Amino acid sequence: MKTMTEFKPGETLKVTLAPVSRLDLIKYAGASGDFNPIHTIDEEAKKAGLPGIIAHGMWTMGNLGKLFTPFLEKGFIKEYKVRFAGMVFLDDVLTLKAELAETSGNDLFFNVKAVKEKGQEVVKGSVHFRLYDAV
Amino acid sequence: MSKEWIGKTSNKVKNTVDRLLVKRFAESIGDLHPIFVDETYGEKSKYGVNIAPPTFPRVFDYGVLEGVDLPMKGLIHGEETYQYERPLLVGEEVYCYTIIQDYYERKGKSGDMGFVVIKRVGEDAKGNIIFTEIQNVIITEAVRKGINV
Repeated sequence: MKTMTEFKPGETLKVTLAPVSRLDLIKYAGASGDFNPIHTIDEEAKKAGLPGIIAHGMWTMGNLGKLFTPFLEKGFIKEYKVRFAGMVFLDDVLTLKAELAETSGNDLFFNVKAVKEKGQEVVKGSVHFRLYDAV
Repeated sequence: MSKEWIGKTSNKVKNTVDRLLVKRFAESIGDLHPIFVDETYGEKSKYGVNIAPPTFPRVFDYGVLEGVDLPMKGLIHGEETYQYERPLLVGEEVYCYTIIQDYYERKGKSGDMGFVVIKRVGEDAKGNIIFTEIQNVIITEAVRKGINV
């Protein structure tokens, strides 16, 4: 694997997740403490006017952040910012992407997004990654 | 009126970056990397200890905002930002609190919407900021009627 110091603008990190399962969301509810039932219980999601349960936005954001995990000893995430642009339902297949937009000294600026199979962007934002050692 | 929420600040709550919670959280986002969960790996790492994933602060208790009656249901999470001075270390104590940074209203397709900007902060024992979270939450008209704002 390339180290981040070798990255040039346009460099892309990408992973496709297994289809979203109810157990994924139950685990996230338990781990995060976010027990809003629209994420786990069908009847509650329907009562809220949704066609079915939806993933926690923060579950998707959390998953997206893992693109940077292999680099966390070379630097850290200084800022991670996203907009929640669409809902994620059971069985959706998400592809997570980060693309290096620009670098400035020790600072790398990535555009990040989570995209559904048909191209719908459900989470969109940016990551500012700061390297510890001078490039 | 919700405008009165602006500037409201919670009490500070002491939280611990708990090893087991970090493991559960990392597992729940499919990110069981040894930097988060393997104690020996953590000791040999740059940090000398395991660290927590960047969205881990979701699990912390940020205190109670007196007089702010945010509904539990019907809120739409619009945007989320984390800013860090350094990663969170497993085992450390973090002092967390909440501030309502802003509230404003806009006309939307489905009626008037309220926008709340919630800031959550985590500090070390000396009061140095470790991370700041900014959360933008949308309150739809139906929900606003329910809470009379």
